[in-house]
Amino acid sequence: MSQTDLTMEGHSTGLTVGPAFSFPTKKLAMWLFIIADTMTFAACLIAYGFLRNGTANWPRPFHSITNVALMTFILLTSSLTMLFGLRSARAGDKAGAFRWIMITAALGIVFALLHIREWIGLIGEGMTLFKNPWGTGLFGASFFSITGLHLTHVTCGVIALIAVGVRYKGGRYNADDIEVLGLYWHFVDLVWMFVVPLVYLLNLAH
Amino acid sequence: MTTAEEHKSNGIGKDLAIYACLLALAGLQFVIAYQNIDAPQMFMRMLVVAVVEAGLAAMFFMHLGAEKRGFLLFVAVFTIFVLLTLQYGWTDSYRMVTGAPFSK
Repeated sequence: MSQTDLTMEGHSTGLTVGPAFSFPTKKLAMWLFIIADTMTFAACLIAYGFLRNGTANWPRPFHSITNVALMTFILLTSSLTMLFGLRSARAGDKAGAFRWIMITAALGIVFALLHIREWIGLIGEGMTLFKNPWGTGLFGASFFSITGLHLTHVTCGVIALIAVGVRYKGGRYNADDIEVLGLYWHFVDLVWMFVVPLVYLLNLAH
Repeated sequence: MTTAEEHKSNGIGKDLAIYACLLALAGLQFVIAYQNIDAPQMFMRMLVVAVVEAGLAAMFFMHLGAEKRGFLLFVAVFTIFVLLTLQYGWTDSYRMVTGAPFSK
């Protein structure tokens, strides 16, 4: 057993098996990250709610729900395909797992492109970080920061999906690593479930 | 049996059922958005639906329900506690609406 292994395990061979505290280390690290990131998004959304509640001329510019409904459907479906990928990985079906992971990544890319298209549309209507033609300039700052933060998470998730998928196919990663990545992807989807009603649906132009 | 092996033994029917529930709940949020109700009530209804969605996703898609009870409690209690402590600023937000001065 190498010195690295002893450092990682903390014990010599045969005395113990698995990580300390009987919980997979990578999974615990991902859950701790998810909890921390939940706080970040919660702080952003609560700050947004604080501003919206306390500002009289808050814009309500969204006329159509089609785009956001499509984005929600795509992200939810990508969570399902991620589950299928994990299921295939657990069953030892490497090709199937890689296929489902790439489908998940593709759905993530489609989501990101739809999001960027929406941003371009809003910017074309005159909305920036500091002003817009409908009301207080705080709307643009809060909208772009919250949706931008989520889009960043989606983009990083897509990159991670591709990288982990390729390395899994090459034999460097195993099904446990797919599970850990799946946790992150489901978290990204979970955050979107809060962003949609608070940022989009409460600002529909009736 | 580890969480991974437990996951393998369950059928995909459960995954599809949870997926359908999440889609239905997301659709419900869109229905609420077009109801003729005031903003606070709409917000509360949407928040309840979102919390249910998050619970389903966390318990079944993220397999938190299949983890050890102690870990589930750790995640749930820690997260909910911090989320609740983030709510201290609402009185100030309402004060901004009414224009009330700072308290002495």
